[in-house]
Amino acid sequence: MSDIAERVKKIVVEHLGVDAEKVTENASFIDDLGADSLDTVELVMAFEEEFGVEIPDDAAETILTVGDATKFLEKNAAQA
Amino acid sequence: MRRVVVTGLGLVTPLGSGVETVWRRLIAGESGLRKIETFQVDDLPARIAGVIPRGDGSDGTFNADDWMEPKEQRKVDDFIVFAMAAADQALADSGWTPKTEDDRYAAGVLIGSGIGGLQGIEEASHTLRDKGPRRLSPFFIPGRLINLASGHVSIRHGLKGPNHAVVTACSTGAHAIGDAARLIALGDADVMVAGGTESPVCRLAVAGFAACKALSTCFNDEPTRGSRPYDKDRDGFVMGEGAGVVVLEEYEHARARGAKIYGEVIGYGLSGDAFHITAPSMDGDGAFRCMKAALKRAGIEPSAVDYVNAHGTSTPLGDEIELGAVTRLLGDAAGGVTMSSTKSAIGHLLGAAGAVEAIFSLLAIRDQVAPPTLNLENPSVETEIDLTPLKAKPMTIDVALSNSFGFGGTNASLVFRRLEA
Repeated sequence: MSDIAERVKKIVVEHLGVDAEKVTENASFIDDLGADSLDTVELVMAFEEEFGVEIPDDAAETILTVGDATKFLEKNAAQA
Repeated sequence: MRRVVVTGLGLVTPLGSGVETVWRRLIAGESGLRKIETFQVDDLPARIAGVIPRGDGSDGTFNADDWMEPKEQRKVDDFIVFAMAAADQALADSGWTPKTEDDRYAAGVLIGSGIGGLQGIEEASHTLRDKGPRRLSPFFIPGRLINLASGHVSIRHGLKGPNHAVVTACSTGAHAIGDAARLIALGDADVMVAGGTESPVCRLAVAGFAACKALSTCFNDEPTRGSRPYDKDRDGFVMGEGAGVVVLEEYEHARARGAKIYGEVIGYGLSGDAFHITAPSMDGDGAFRCMKAALKRAGIEPSAVDYVNAHGTSTPLGDEIELGAVTRLLGDAAGGVTMSSTKSAIGHLLGAAGAVEAIFSLLAIRDQVAPPTLNLENPSVETEIDLTPLKAKPMTIDVALSNSFGFGGTNASLVFRRLEA
């Protein structure tokens, strides 16, 4: 697992209070990890903070799974 | 109107978490006042507060994780966590849970707070200033709104009846219980989870109340002596944090399920001073009319009152004004009445105070004992009324009156009566 994937996983575990083993690449924040719409807003903010990037709203709407987040950040993160 | 009784109690206070622990310590004369250690106070004139003892949940300590998941706590201010804990306790104590959808429709929540999530507002304003709006949490607003205490409790317990909140400063808790009782009396609900909650022990709130010159500043090195209602050395109130929640039930509803009944809500009175934003009217007329209205609703004479749980905040002005109003109300019966201020032990819980003190009044009825007014060493005035100095007083208590008065000149009185078996 890449460094970015590890950091994404850590943030998801912390913010959603879920077991690490549930945070798989295909896990959906809302369907699999118990997040609601406000949780996902906060998650995106946490990714922005951790990776020093700005995630525009239209991009944020496409980040539905752990893997979506990792892929977006691998492409856009200021520092990997 | 339908009769309303109290069937469940829940408390989180500076004397601990859990009704029996708090009550035992209160009657024993223990104090929950401490030096503030959680934020910078060296530049504040008031440095003490009634602070909930945190711990692992044993020995009456409060462990927030027992009442709300850590990830949920992160999204709300402490006043919501306290309310969740007190509501859980009260519902468990009542032994009632909704079984059908109709049960849920007939059960509501009415928990108020005086000022809500000041701590979170303070932090969010820093975030906004330092990092900009994109860093503001989506949970900032729902975690601070006062009615979200009622919201969270209703969601957890599936209570789909009236969902309401009171905001009347230091009268909040009493108004919440009184209004909720009315909702039951009028048939809008059969069960109401009602009370008040407050988490004001933060730098912004202490600085703010200190600016109003409302807080005690002379006992920073002796915190347990800071709250001293009616004592000549009193110099302001000591702020406290916590929540009090009761389960109110329509009388026949409670009887039908064989519920334990702490007492009946027989009276509720309200009034406004129309005088000043923070000071009580000097003649105590607002307080007097409020108590009088409560007794009228109860249909009892002043002489029927055994115990008064005073608002008694330990401010130089307020204590004697209330005492004067009570004396005027009681007339010739004053000599037979016992009154105490439990704020002497836990401080002033602002929006939670009226609910916590309603619970103390009900426990006074249950155990036939008046809790003490701590630190009342030298009364500032003479009175026929027994102000219960220093030690709890075993006595016959059939009727208890609980007073709450708030900034804005908002007054509430509740009257509880022991129910004959």
